[in-house]
Amino acid sequence: MTSFLVRRVLGAIVILILISLITFYLFYALPRDPARAFCGKICPPATLELVRHNLGMDKPLFVQYWLWLSAIFVGRDFTQFGPCPAPCLGYSFATQEPVFDAIVDRFPVTLSLTIGASVVILSFGILTGMLAAWKVGQPLDKIASSSSVIGASLQIYFVGPLVVFFVVDTLGLLPRPSYVQFTEDPLTWFVHLLIPWLVLSIIFTANYTRMTRSQMLEQLAEDYVRTARAKGMSGRSVFFRFAWRGAMIPIITIFGVDLATLLGGAIITEQTFTLHGIGELAVQAVQNTDLPMLLGVTVIGAAAIVFLNIVVDVLYAFIDPRVRLN
Amino acid sequence: MTTVSWSSEPGTSRGPGPFLSVRDLSVRFSTEDGVVRAVDGLSFDVEKGTTLGIVGESGSGKSVTNLTVLGLHDPAHTEIDGEIWLEDQELVGASGSTLEKLRGNRVAMIFQDPLTSLSPFHTIGRQIGEVYRRHRGANRKEARERAIEMLERVGIPQPATRVDHYPHEFSGGMRQRAMIAMALVCDPDLLIADEPTTALDVTVQAQILDLLKDLQQQFGTTIILITHDLGVVASTADNVLVMYAGRAAEQGTVREVLSKPRHPYTWGLLSSMPRLTSSVDVPLVPVRGTPPSLLSPPAGCAFHPRCDFSQLVGSDLCFTQRPDISPESGHGDACYLTLQQKRDIRTGDTKEQA
Repeated sequence: MTSFLVRRVLGAIVILILISLITFYLFYALPRDPARAFCGKICPPATLELVRHNLGMDKPLFVQYWLWLSAIFVGRDFTQFGPCPAPCLGYSFATQEPVFDAIVDRFPVTLSLTIGASVVILSFGILTGMLAAWKVGQPLDKIASSSSVIGASLQIYFVGPLVVFFVVDTLGLLPRPSYVQFTEDPLTWFVHLLIPWLVLSIIFTANYTRMTRSQMLEQLAEDYVRTARAKGMSGRSVFFRFAWRGAMIPIITIFGVDLATLLGGAIITEQTFTLHGIGELAVQAVQNTDLPMLLGVTVIGAAAIVFLNIVVDVLYAFIDPRVRLN
Repeated sequence: MTTVSWSSEPGTSRGPGPFLSVRDLSVRFSTEDGVVRAVDGLSFDVEKGTTLGIVGESGSGKSVTNLTVLGLHDPAHTEIDGEIWLEDQELVGASGSTLEKLRGNRVAMIFQDPLTSLSPFHTIGRQIGEVYRRHRGANRKEARERAIEMLERVGIPQPATRVDHYPHEFSGGMRQRAMIAMALVCDPDLLIADEPTTALDVTVQAQILDLLKDLQQQFGTTIILITHDLGVVASTADNVLVMYAGRAAEQGTVREVLSKPRHPYTWGLLSSMPRLTSSVDVPLVPVRGTPPSLLSPPAGCAFHPRCDFSQLVGSDLCFTQRPDISPESGHGDACYLTLQQKRDIRTGDTKEQA
């Protein structure tokens, strides 16, 4: 287990370095000059040179990359903006605020969206899927199966405003989605994020309902489930203790992939509900040719996805003893 | 009527008879393509403490019959007629909870592939122990101790350590031993072994069969051994039932059926099996053709399309009338050939081979 974690963390670091390298390279492949954008509309060549120097853009690419990378661990002194203590991701070209602070500020929004939605999606999806499998062929199964197809074919930017209009504006059941610090007031945090979670779950739950159902039915036909019945185990225990374990494995695998989709798709979710999360930050960074911000958002986002996938892998081994983590 | 000994259901007791008695059993599955007659009018008895070998090709109804004994078919798609008596208890139509209490307790089953038949998610000890807990109300600790005891009994070394291992950490033979330990944990009266050695190495096969024999001698367990391997039957069983297309083709003691086989299908099975004693020049003769579809079995004797001797019967009996096993007790077979005709055919055969 320990050696597995060490290996995975080392692997994750390699992945993050590769991702930052690619982002770095792609950014300079753009035809736009960030120094010129930073310098403003009227920009004499001398000022442009100064800006270049201050941003560290007059150095060779790999030196620039090295400075960026080492700043994360030891900090860096920017002549123009002053010292930037570790972990330093530089200063935004556009807003001059420290990138790290901006991300720390926005990240909880996206994280709350993703984790809350995951909990709703998994519990709804697995529950309805198990019910459908338990009552296979009966009305309940048909309702669960067909309504999940409808859910899967909807889009956030379509359902989102509709739900906000009816639930918030017309019925006044819930407050308009916004972000309140969880540490400040958990209940307000919960109530204000409920609509985005539910809307996300309408769209994603369908997959889990269908997958849980088919996986359960598949597992129920397995030899070891027959053995459990031949041992005299009750129908319920066969269903929940034996078949369930096997059915969860592919579901967790897919969930690892969906987590990345949820985080990556945060841009759309945040736009739909006007939440100021990391997705919004990423879009602005691209629009502003804001290299430090873009790098920061990309690397932190990637780190979150990589970390959550390690958690998923550990969970996987926890459910299936055949998966040995070393 | 004698007093009901242990059965809670009134009216289910009957006089002393064979330990397990299957009477005119029919099992039909409704599928998308039609009704499959997996078992069609099958009767047999098993005496207490003996081993019955059930032999036949794939799809002859061997496994279906035994899954029916345990009541493991989905009632929504299965139609079962006939009677199955376990001592004085009727199993066909018994309630789900009655059968649940029976399974793993009085009647246990071991399956062909121990890797897929054991849960990959639970330790061996847990899988053995939970049977004991379910039927004997033992607590966790007692169940674990019992599991260790059972593992020791089936010859697994270091049972106290192995009890916490998962099936994938066991070898094939060890897994089947663990499976047997699981089946025997509640000292069942009847053990149904569905091809218990098919998935194993030949050397391990012999060990497993010896183990079953030993346990039978120690505990007097009645065994039904389902197999397509006549060699296994010869070395293990007391009686044999040869099944074809969901019906009994021939039955008798091992000695009777293997040394004086009467049904042309049994002849086919025997001649398709290599023997150490026969010359290498004698070719193996497989039964020609393929087993019939149970969706629309042939009229008359289900074996007639593959039988070389149906014209000897004279009339078109083989093609129109389904033969019943005769005589009903002792060595019997379901064929219209007379005993004399069979003897002539067999001596002809042996002359040809010699």
